[in-house]
Amino acid sequence: MARKVKFLQGNEACVEGALMAGMTFYSGYPITPSTEIAELSAEGLPRIGGKFIQMEDEIAGIAAAIGASLTGAKAMTATSGPGFSLKQENIGYAALTEVPVVIVNVQRGGPSTGLPTAPGQGDLMQAMWGTHGDHPVICLTPDSVKETFDLTIRAFNLAEKYRTPVILLTDEITGHMREKIEIPDQSEIEIYNRIKPTLGEDYKAYKVYDGDIVPKMADFGSGFRYHVTGLMHDETGFPSNSTKNAAVLMDRLMAKIENNKEDIITYEEIETADAEYLIVAYGGTARTAKAAIKTLRAEGIKVGLFRPITVWPFPEKQVVELSEKVKDVLVAELNYGQMKLEVERVVKGNCPVRFCGKANGEVLTPEELIRKFKEVL
Amino acid sequence: MSKQLELRLSGSGGQGLITAGIILAEAALKDNMNAIQTQSYGPEARGGASKAEVIISDAAIDFPKVTLPTMTLALTQIASDKYIGDISEEGTIIVDDTIQLPEGIKAKNIYKIPIIKTAVSEVGKEIVANIVALGLIVGLTGIVSEESLEQAIMSRIPKGTEDLNRLALKKGYELAKNI
Repeated sequence: MARKVKFLQGNEACVEGALMAGMTFYSGYPITPSTEIAELSAEGLPRIGGKFIQMEDEIAGIAAAIGASLTGAKAMTATSGPGFSLKQENIGYAALTEVPVVIVNVQRGGPSTGLPTAPGQGDLMQAMWGTHGDHPVICLTPDSVKETFDLTIRAFNLAEKYRTPVILLTDEITGHMREKIEIPDQSEIEIYNRIKPTLGEDYKAYKVYDGDIVPKMADFGSGFRYHVTGLMHDETGFPSNSTKNAAVLMDRLMAKIENNKEDIITYEEIETADAEYLIVAYGGTARTAKAAIKTLRAEGIKVGLFRPITVWPFPEKQVVELSEKVKDVLVAELNYGQMKLEVERVVKGNCPVRFCGKANGEVLTPEELIRKFKEVL
Repeated sequence: MSKQLELRLSGSGGQGLITAGIILAEAALKDNMNAIQTQSYGPEARGGASKAEVIISDAAIDFPKVTLPTMTLALTQIASDKYIGDISEEGTIIVDDTIQLPEGIKAKNIYKIPIIKTAVSEVGKEIVANIVALGLIVGLTGIVSEESLEQAIMSRIPKGTEDLNRLALKKGYELAKNI
């Protein structure tokens, strides 16, 4: 049980976590503020017999990761806003072909090339709706270096378990700050590996067998012959124009996430038990909110924090329950109100939903958040 | 009362101030305190003025950025002009003695110290001005133990430069004592 205490950036902790989760393949195109993830993957993967490939662009970066995953590798790519936009088409491809892959987006100021070295949280909705067509999405958001490590491992586990792309949505705040992290021994880490077939000739690549959540996944090239396509496909993997078949496939894709929300959704609540007011914040901005809540509590104001750790699927049930208890919800984020829209949608008028945010590349300070909060008093 | 330092180290790229910030934070961890380090990136960090910030506390640190430093160090005029104005009323400003401070600047303590000159003439290398500065800061604040600081320095510097850095640290402590 050898635990190591280190002083790391969030981006560095992401790679530590990925390697511990079993990552053996990384392909991508470096972009600020995610570059350390590529650098350290390039350093770490060859040492364990893995592969790092710098591709010609971000599109190829995710494409190669999907290909590697099909052969049985645990694969990751990392980027920031502009690259995340480029990866969208292939995120949809991985969703429909059910290929596990981890996509890290260290958010910076956008739109376009925007503010490369400054934090933003403007990609929340893109993480959900960026690729075309209805599709399941799992998106996780850490607020510390240690949690970046933990959630990277969880992202790999969820990708393997639900055979789906998983987005780790961090930001320049957590990506670049250094803080203490105690790295557990490998033996303490829970790892989930995809279920592989042992069925021989009867294997159908997209058939869900009894008791499984998703189809068993054969390593491409291991002797199981199957077809992979971004077209609607039947249980063999070959394209099918049947609307009946398309409905079965789409229902199954959506249900594998929808029916397992309890497993997928995690969140943090601070001081919510007796809270009269609620702040909702996530990622780096949650650190601002945590500081603000300590100050407000010290003044005797009963305010609590709800921090979605899984942002997609959105923790609807928890937010609804809290909105029935409090007088007011304030959503804090570095954009023009993306999670606010989601909170408003689920709160359905139970209480007012206010917004505190900016998108100029600065972090939100506790003082700014406290000032905005106090307008309600 | 929790021990808290919000430190801003500024100078030009290449002076090793980000490394100094990391070393100080790692020394704090060795003393079982919490620390967070952040820095400026991009065009701002190349030439011109660059900065590294460190928060050290007995308690958990929520907000990771320094808003109002309790101590600011500047090693160049450009960095001083850009960053020295943000300082807590109870704070301490330390600048290299080559720097002209603006009139009317207010802080509890303002020190002009020959940091770079000490590195050049008494240690023999300008590159260790960052370690001289660390000795000075820890000598003044006692925010980390001297033992942890030396260990943290030794684990971050290139092999073969141990004696040079030890000397730089000693000279930094001496500068603090002479204030």
